[in-house]
Amino acid sequence: MMELATPLTGAASTGEAVQFWVLAVISVAGALGMVLCRKAVHSALCLAATMLALAVCYMAEGAVFLGVVQIVVYTGAIMMLFLFVVMLVGVTAADEVKEPLKGQRIAAVLGGLGFGVLLIAGIANAKLRTFTGLSSANAGGNVQGLARLIFTQYVWAFEVTGALLITAAIGAMVLTHREHTEERQSQRELAEQRVRLGQQITPLPAPGVYARHNAVDIPGLLPDGSVSELSVNPTLRARGQMRDVSGDMLRRMDELESGSADWLSRRTPKPRTSTELVQPVAPAEPVPAHRSAQAEPAATEEESR
Amino acid sequence: MNPVNYLYLAALLFTIGATGVLVRRNAIVLFMCVELMLNASNLALVTFSRLHGNLDGQIIAFFTMVVAAAEVVVGLAIIVSVFRTRHSASVDDTNLMKL
Repeated sequence: MMELATPLTGAASTGEAVQFWVLAVISVAGALGMVLCRKAVHSALCLAATMLALAVCYMAEGAVFLGVVQIVVYTGAIMMLFLFVVMLVGVTAADEVKEPLKGQRIAAVLGGLGFGVLLIAGIANAKLRTFTGLSSANAGGNVQGLARLIFTQYVWAFEVTGALLITAAIGAMVLTHREHTEERQSQRELAEQRVRLGQQITPLPAPGVYARHNAVDIPGLLPDGSVSELSVNPTLRARGQMRDVSGDMLRRMDELESGSADWLSRRTPKPRTSTELVQPVAPAEPVPAHRSAQAEPAATEEESR
Repeated sequence: MNPVNYLYLAALLFTIGATGVLVRRNAIVLFMCVELMLNASNLALVTFSRLHGNLDGQIIAFFTMVVAAAEVVVGLAIIVSVFRTRHSASVDDTNLMKL
């Protein structure tokens, strides 16, 4: 190849080469995962992995300060902001399958491939054989060198950046601020409205199955063992994140009942002495408690809606 | 290893990000793809800094990060306010200007 023509100066050490190939695989896999994952949360986590890999790349290239800033600002602040917005917007976050433009995805992938080939071919033609390296520039310390440049040559850009950040913060506040156009309804008015509508006058049933599960994604059970949909938060219902344990519950209840029946029938033929009767006969008997559990009032939950 | 491999990696990540912007519909994922493109350009800038042996590339990468942070703040605020009015995070649903 062309390596024979000009000798390579500033080549990376073997350790850095190993590190590069590991990190390159991780970051490309993270990037592909971000584009291909259907759920926005998975995309965000893939992107966080890519950003961490890139942070280590920066440090390996002598940009220690940028590596730390990458971790603090990107994976720390920006990705958390993304996750917050995913939680706010999450219900309908899944991508739609239908394509408004025919064949747009295929065209986009082909265009992307062509662009990538052009870009990589351009870099390959550049004959970059001389890497000066940062050992002299970083001699007084990477942070000190950056500070010297920022506060002398780039001080104007630095100040404009401050103005930009303030503008962005105010813009975000203005965009997300919501003016209340009507008075907030009091609890009394909400109760009166409920009675007037007459649909659900009582508080909604609480989620969870008493003494077994109390997670909010597990619907309460009605007396006949079926699921009470109302007991689960509408957001979880819309996402389809309801964990139904009614079948499992009924099976375990049946096991318990048949077990205790077996135990009792085994015990009954024996003539009982007076000392035996003092002890409780059937320890596994708090069965009715499980079934009547869903009638617990959920006043706090009702208020929050 | 020739450090130019970092540039190949940056080009690859940039291409993946650009393709993602064209392929995806969800506004949040679209924003993440833009972030990936900015990160890829930062990697290229850091590599150029190493190539030339001065810190100017790193300064520009630093400013890119600041601008990216500001851009994400405003962009996510726009996504949230669009979601409040349209109840959708898909970029296809923001078509009020379309007849």
